[in-house]
Amino acid sequence: MDQNAGWFLENAWIIPLIMAGSFLTILFFGKRLPERGTAGIGIVAVGVCLVLSLGVATQWVQRVNDPPVVEHGTSTEGAGVHGADAGEPPETGGPHDGPAVEQPGPVGVEGEHAAAVSLAVPAAAEGGEHHEVPPVVNQITWFQNGGVEFKVGTLVDGLTAMMLVTVTIISLLVHIYSREYLHGDVRFTHYYAFLSLFTAAMLFYVMSSSTLQMLVGWELVGVCSFTLIGHWWEEKKNTDAALKAFLTNRVGDVGLLLGVVVTFFAAGGTFEILEINGYALSPGANQTLLLVGALLLFGGVTSKSGQFPLHTWLPDAMAGPTPVSALIHAATMVVAGVYLIARLYAVFFEGLNIGANAINYVALIGGVTILVGASLAFVQHDLKKVLAYSTISQLGYMVMALGVGAWTAGVFHLFTHAFFKAGLFLGAGSVSHAAHHTFDMREMGGLRKHMPATFATFVICTAALMGIFPLAGFWSKDEILAGASQGQEQAYTLMLIMGAIGALLTAAYMTRAIYLTFFGEYRGHGTPHESPRIMTIPLWILSFGAVTFGFLNFPKVLSLPEGLTTRFEHFVEPTFLFPEIEHPTFNPVLAIVSTLLAALGFALAYQYYWLGRSPLAGLSQKSGFRQGYVLLQNKYYLDTLYTDIIVGATKGPIARASYWFNQYVIDAIVNGAGRISVAIASVLYREVDQQVIDGIVNGCGYVSESSGQVLRRMQTGKVQQYAALLFAAAAVLAGAFIVAVSL
Amino acid sequence: MLVNQFLFLGAILFCIGVYGVLARRNAVLLLMSIELILNSVNINLVAFGALWHANDPSNLSGQVFALFVIAIAAAEVGVGLAIVLMLYRTRRSIDVSEVDLMKG
Amino acid sequence: MKEFLNDWGLSLAVFLPLFGAAIMLLIPRREEQLHKLIALLTSGAVLVIGVLLVANFNYDDGRTFQYVVDKAWIPLINSRYIVGLDGISLPLLALTVLVVPLCVIYSWNHIPEPGNPKAFLVLMLILETGMVGSFVALDLILFFVFFEVVLLPMYFMIGVWGGEQRQYASIKFFLYTLFGSALMIVAFLALYFLSAEVEVAPGEFAHTFDMRLLPTAAQAISSTAALWIFGGMFIGFGIKVPMFPFHTWLPDAHTQAPTVGSVILAAVLLKLGTYGFVRIALPILPEAAETWAPIIGGLAVVGIIYGALCCLAQTDMKRLIAFSSVAHMGFVMLGIATLTDFGINAAIFGMVAHGLITGMLFFLAGSTKERYHTLEIARLGGLLKQAPRMGWILGFASMASLGLPGLAGFWGEFPAILSAYNPGGSDPNVALFRAYMVVAAIGTVLAAGYLLWLYQRVAFGTPKEEFAHDSHIHDVTPLEWVAWIPMLVGIVALGVYPNLIFRVTDPAVTSTMAAFGVGG
Repeated sequence: MDQNAGWFLENAWIIPLIMAGSFLTILFFGKRLPERGTAGIGIVAVGVCLVLSLGVATQWVQRVNDPPVVEHGTSTEGAGVHGADAGEPPETGGPHDGPAVEQPGPVGVEGEHAAAVSLAVPAAAEGGEHHEVPPVVNQITWFQNGGVEFKVGTLVDGLTAMMLVTVTIISLLVHIYSREYLHGDVRFTHYYAFLSLFTAAMLFYVMSSSTLQMLVGWELVGVCSFTLIGHWWEEKKNTDAALKAFLTNRVGDVGLLLGVVVTFFAAGGTFEILEINGYALSPGANQTLLLVGALLLFGGVTSKSGQFPLHTWLPDAMAGPTPVSALIHAATMVVAGVYLIARLYAVFFEGLNIGANAINYVALIGGVTILVGASLAFVQHDLKKVLAYSTISQLGYMVMALGVGAWTAGVFHLFTHAFFKAGLFLGAGSVSHAAHHTFDMREMGGLRKHMPATFATFVICTAALMGIFPLAGFWSKDEILAGASQGQEQAYTLMLIMGAIGALLTAAYMTRAIYLTFFGEYRGHGTPHESPRIMTIPLWILSFGAVTFGFLNFPKVLSLPEGLTTRFEHFVEPTFLFPEIEHPTFNPVLAIVSTLLAALGFALAYQYYWLGRSPLAGLSQKSGFRQGYVLLQNKYYLDTLYTDIIVGATKGPIARASYWFNQYVIDAIVNGAGRISVAIASVLYREVDQQVIDGIVNGCGYVSESSGQVLRRMQTGKVQQYAALLFAAAAVLAGAFIVAVSL
Repeated sequence: MLVNQFLFLGAILFCIGVYGVLARRNAVLLLMSIELILNSVNINLVAFGALWHANDPSNLSGQVFALFVIAIAAAEVGVGLAIVLMLYRTRRSIDVSEVDLMKG
Repeated sequence: MKEFLNDWGLSLAVFLPLFGAAIMLLIPRREEQLHKLIALLTSGAVLVIGVLLVANFNYDDGRTFQYVVDKAWIPLINSRYIVGLDGISLPLLALTVLVVPLCVIYSWNHIPEPGNPKAFLVLMLILETGMVGSFVALDLILFFVFFEVVLLPMYFMIGVWGGEQRQYASIKFFLYTLFGSALMIVAFLALYFLSAEVEVAPGEFAHTFDMRLLPTAAQAISSTAALWIFGGMFIGFGIKVPMFPFHTWLPDAHTQAPTVGSVILAAVLLKLGTYGFVRIALPILPEAAETWAPIIGGLAVVGIIYGALCCLAQTDMKRLIAFSSVAHMGFVMLGIATLTDFGINAAIFGMVAHGLITGMLFFLAGSTKERYHTLEIARLGGLLKQAPRMGWILGFASMASLGLPGLAGFWGEFPAILSAYNPGGSDPNVALFRAYMVVAAIGTVLAAGYLLWLYQRVAFGTPKEEFAHDSHIHDVTPLEWVAWIPMLVGIVALGVYPNLIFRVTDPAVTSTMAAFGVGG
């Protein structure tokens, strides 16, 4: 074990364990505690985890600044597989981490693959100008199979540390916020228990050292998502949503499952992430296998991270409590897919040939998702659904970024998005807390005056989401566009255009949401009020993140000193067993154009909603509402131009067509598949199982029974008849005997 | 041939017995008919025994066999009459054509 | 102690239940409490012996048989009383000795109509003898005897204490299984007569039923004959598993059987078939197994999909769980059909996991029936509201059953799917097995579908009007807790730390599978 790695890096496994302990404590003792106690356990546990995570992050930063000495060539193998040994010569490894790559593969491993893994480190890295910083790996045996021991443990590097910090911060804020939001809820205890379990599972997932372990964490967060979406399970709508979420994810999980299998065999019989990445980068890697593996894994990403066409569960998942939507369906769980790509980036990079192509499946799906999500966000009346579609669209950005090779940009967007989107969701929760538990924007309006803190934070987070300079979203989104425009060897022009249109749409739909919620007249019942401080403080903290966290990856411009720019890239982007990617440089023109596009989107929506003075017009294209306001609108012919032709086309036919496609084609296929399989199942069961197969079985019985029915007639019970038969038979036999003898 | 007459007697007795078993309805007559059949067999046994061991009169296996049959016939009649008695007690009749408890 | 266990441990575990049953037969029927106590003590004693056997097992040498007893039994046909335990049978033995006492405990207040605990518990103890005996027997005739001993008590359990159509179900169960047994014994005899003679005494040669010697002796069998013999065993074991299309006895038997009957049936009886494949069919006739493997694998994946589809069509909770067994055992059979050490390990893990999980689900179905007097899904609902703890347990068991990672079910499914990517044998049909792999993976989606749909309809929502104010509907009783907690703990423990089983089975499996040129 590497003593230099630092206590926090070595012992990261404690973090999910704390949350698991919190889960069990709340589950078994929570009912007997008051709400304060239940929530307190969860909050303290997450708080401790946050401290530990910050410790991990700090020590990682130290490790990057003062990297352990790695000898290239011979020792990289040992260090790669067991980073914990990095400081020592490989042959003196710890007691329980032998050199796994040299073990024979369990199930018919093809020989050349096993050999290829030992060539793990790409040649280019050897002469690299920066030091390689191997991750810290700490493992124990999980199970043995086929004579090979498979390990479970932690793999800590910059990406892990970043995720740990992000998850624990958001989780802590959500824990605090829920204390008030769920106050008096019938299942307060269960809610906190599963919040803890979710956090544990998510932390376990992000520090996985093997793909199998990732699979475990991946499914566990899915279950927590299921239970929390179905939190109010009395209503069928909620349980339907929970089932839809779980089942849609399960469909994607088939891909993940098979992807894990394919990568297992491709890399010579190992689940180890580092070995798989190492194999993918080795010269002898089988590109076809990698492609298949990457596409299968992407199946899992498609469902978990809400990518087109498996995104439909995410808006429905809003049936759960709002803090859950913030934590699970915006900031953490849904980015598990993005994290998966980032973690196994070598597989995706080599498999999809991201470095050389101008287009690939991952980037294309990401781009399409941006547009689908953003356009659908227009037609929603439910504030949370607007945010849900917005999340889908933003996840599209992240996936697209990874698809075009802009690793840091994608992961950085994951990081910044977690804060401002969680802020938006919690803000929406605050609004609903005030406005009598509705999320329908038709029953809101004018809340700006009643809820100043919520309004202010909501606007800040929205601005960050739109990508307004200099908030967090601006930096991360701009990096993605820069990555698409510069690409690796070729520019991803199509993705650049998609991203730019997405920026425009994002600004527009968020402006609409803000207008309908906070401006105009209040349309609901009662008097709305500002939420208590326990809810607004998390909002302010998240807004602070939305404002400042963009600077963590300040681009290299204006000849700023090295220590201030691209810190995120420097510390988070792996340097060990990682493909050689080109880093896009800051492009002021692109930044200005994207900002202008966002401004344009804002301006169009502003024109329509503020100057249109028709608060309800945008809500319904079909009913009398619209007709009533048509005359008013006609006074502004400029408006007509914007409204009907540009905005109208977007939010009318196009968006509705998308939504229709969403509801009636994709959703219908999903539902139809369910119905058809039930129908087939019924027929199969009724006709084949019960008739044919069972019929054959019953038939055998029937034949023997009916033959018995015939034969029983002979059984009259009359002794004399039996005797007669006996004698007759004896006579016949005697006759036959005589004949036989006499012959 | 001496044995032929014995066999002839046996055959006649056997046929009377069979007739009685098949045609009579009275259970007691049925039993008596069975006795006739058995005794016809006894005659055959003794006759054949004598014929077979004509050279060795000390060998009495045929007669011994007949004695066994007589002993078993006695037991059989005992059981049979007991059944007839029970039949009479329950049914007030010993007509075998009315008894079909073993009908399948 | 160790000496005693070596000589007597296994025989005690096999025959102690029979002894208990004999004592119970001497006690009048009306002493119901006494009968229950004796049954509990007997099965508890067997559990203790089982624990001692597990504790004293030499895990570093899991590939060789331990606690072996080898005595003359029927010298005429050289059939011997041979019992022994290795890494493959140990987990199944442990499962059996654990499940029976739990069933006795559960039966304490749940003796189904028409009562008579004496007969019910006596049958259960005889069942235990048969089940334990099957898992430890190392002689084909001895195995066959125990295999058949299991049949009758189960027949009576279903036929006497079962549901409305119990007669039909019990006869179907009996005849179906007997038919399989007939083919199986023919196969055994063919194996006996066609295999080479072994040296029983210095200079003296005879045919043998010894499972330890047959793998070598059976090499003398011509490949055509081996194919036929394997076919006989395939049907015999396949019916017991049950494999598609020999499965139709299962839903009826499960649906009609009393609760503990279903539990034992699901937890242990089905495993006799798969155990037969792993213990007898594969090691003795490896070449025939290679020829049959694609067919077994194909039927296994058909079973997975087919069982899941049939589940979707069910309106009765217990019948749904019964059909889910067809799907789950399909994964086990797929693991076996891959002929890899990975797959066989997965299969054994899958057997134990399925035993715990489906056993638990049947317990829950029984308790639901006891409360609602119906298992019609459409009439149920809101279980979480009326019996919250039971509702949560049902959710937990459903999640385990659908193969959630971190719980036991996953470790049976995933490695089976994994091993299908690269099947074993000398010339495997890789493309075919990869297709099986994809189909099996799709089966996991369907599994989630039917289980969660069931859960939604049974546990979520609000109770139906007819049951909303029924005061009989109560939460989990203390007795139920006692019966269930060991299973729940087992599901979690095996899921979190799968090495508990893999470490035991792996050495034995790798040495067994050495015949297929993998592992070892």
